[in-house]
Amino acid sequence: MSATTAAASPAGILPEVPRLPDRLVDQLAFPARDTYKQMVAAFKDAGFEMCADLCAVDYLTHPGRSLPDGVAPERFEVVVNLLSLSTRQRVRIRVQVPESDPSVDSVTDIYPGVDAMEREAYDMLGIVFADHPDMTRILMPEEWEGHPLRKDYGVGRVPVQFKEAPGPR
Amino acid sequence: MSEHDNDHDHEPLPDEYVDEDAEHLAFEEEEERALVAETSEGAQELMPRGTTSAGELRQEVGAVLRLPEGGFVNPGDIDIERHDDQTMIINMGPQHPSTHGVLRLMLELDGETVLRTKPIIGYLHTGMEKQGEELTYVQGTTNVTRMDYLSPLHNELVFSLATEALLDVELPPRAVWIRMLMAELNRVSSHLMWMATNGMDLGSTSMMIYGFREREMVLAFFEKTTGLRMNNNYIRPGGVAADLPDGWQDDMGILCDTILARSYEYDELLTGQPIFRERTEAVGNISAEEALALSVTGPILRSTGVPWDLRRTMPYLAYDKLDFDVIVGSYGDNFDRYSVRLNEIRESIKMIRQITEMMPPGDYRVQDRKVTPPPRARIDESMEALIHHFKIFTEGFRVPEGEVYVAIESPRGELGCYMVSDGTSKPYRMHIRGPSFVNLQALPLLLRGGLMADAVAVISSVDPVMGEVDR
Repeated sequence: MSATTAAASPAGILPEVPRLPDRLVDQLAFPARDTYKQMVAAFKDAGFEMCADLCAVDYLTHPGRSLPDGVAPERFEVVVNLLSLSTRQRVRIRVQVPESDPSVDSVTDIYPGVDAMEREAYDMLGIVFADHPDMTRILMPEEWEGHPLRKDYGVGRVPVQFKEAPGPR
Repeated sequence: MSEHDNDHDHEPLPDEYVDEDAEHLAFEEEEERALVAETSEGAQELMPRGTTSAGELRQEVGAVLRLPEGGFVNPGDIDIERHDDQTMIINMGPQHPSTHGVLRLMLELDGETVLRTKPIIGYLHTGMEKQGEELTYVQGTTNVTRMDYLSPLHNELVFSLATEALLDVELPPRAVWIRMLMAELNRVSSHLMWMATNGMDLGSTSMMIYGFREREMVLAFFEKTTGLRMNNNYIRPGGVAADLPDGWQDDMGILCDTILARSYEYDELLTGQPIFRERTEAVGNISAEEALALSVTGPILRSTGVPWDLRRTMPYLAYDKLDFDVIVGSYGDNFDRYSVRLNEIRESIKMIRQITEMMPPGDYRVQDRKVTPPPRARIDESMEALIHHFKIFTEGFRVPEGEVYVAIESPRGELGCYMVSDGTSKPYRMHIRGPSFVNLQALPLLLRGGLMADAVAVISSVDPVMGEVDR
């Protein structure tokens, strides 16, 4: 793979990756789960110095979103926003993650700054990032059950958070 | 008393006393275990080196840079000669007054020197992203404005920009310029607040008083314009909530003159002061490469010499029409972060003066019946207007399907909003990329090798706002 393409475009980096035209972002790429990490590394080599954001979305109740041909929609999606300071560009990578095996490679060894963001995605949506050095909850307590931002999470399931308080009122 | 105790120590204790002691000890241990179990956050905490994986250890000592291709180092080599009995893990926060809210740090110390750090967050987590999915786009700004409570208008701005990008509406110029004016004023007030608390953390109580005094001027103008000092809910999808009050140009003139003149008083109070410089220069250094690798943005990134300011590099609103400088530092230490923020106050004041001069006339919100409620006067005379108003505030407006990521430069760095719409009147997913949340990752690196006494100053210089960190 020629990672040192001068023009930092998904077409130059991974020709087989499907794309969508988008008026709001320079580039939008949909790699498969097994090429995702490779693609992030290629973007880093192509001059995208910073990973601005990483988050996940649960598409349980909105399955009919527009995706390019060849990309099968799955329940979860991990969304990575990379930023190139030298060329003033942003690129967004969207990976489909199935419900049966909600895991994807961690990119902490490429961008150490995604550490907290991957932990947040794990905490909120239960997506496991393989090879993450510290895959623990970050916002919720360690013994918390469930992942709050999932669409099937029982809101109001816990009547009150304080242990000493009397039961459901 | 002590003599008596000493005498007692030399005597061999009768058997029954030993048993009682052991029982008592067992009871104490049991109690301690119960206490630990009740307060422990488990794996989120900083663990002894023996039970920490190599990768985690590397993060906690702030070793962030990737090694050159083919290079190999055993991460266990980092300080491997230090044994657990030479070091001490202490807990700082979440109720510590110098942690700017409920930040909790666990630090491994060797004497006074900090070896490892782990920020433990989530004590202010209120599920705002989840709540955002339950509120309509009209109500959403009241929710996001409470995230970064020191710069509420920036939160509203990024939420509104994301919504408008999905709606594909174009704002009238006056709305854009009012937003810019309010955002810059908010930057001034946020940086003043930072100057105040940073001064306090370093022992300068005068700076504390002065910073709050000047900030109050800005908040008074916010109250005049928006009705509230904080959590304004002023910038909304489609424009702003109200026009600027009469005579706002005069207010701006007084405000700019006063704050600019007083910013030079801070120079006398802090910038040239030997004790302040001793405490800040070459403390908490970070290099440009490290800052980029850790996704650090805002004044911390600029203090390392990287001229990255979204207002200049990826302009939004009408920042490309303003004349201002991007302030950069050179060493990336506490002092540079202080200077960057102090000079950004002056740049913002420069911008406010230009905005005051160039403010265009016209509407302060878009005249799109889909998004904008009818004016109050129309409701009294028209039944349709009343129904329209009611519809917008109960059901909200529908936003076309799509995804968008919008980023703006908040006082703390890149504030992003990734919004997914499924075509209804509520966001399907509203993710906020909080700059404080990401910037906190730099703490292990900034604190490593420094003194415990400087830790407070370093935490302050990162400027974390816990409302935004935990959301």
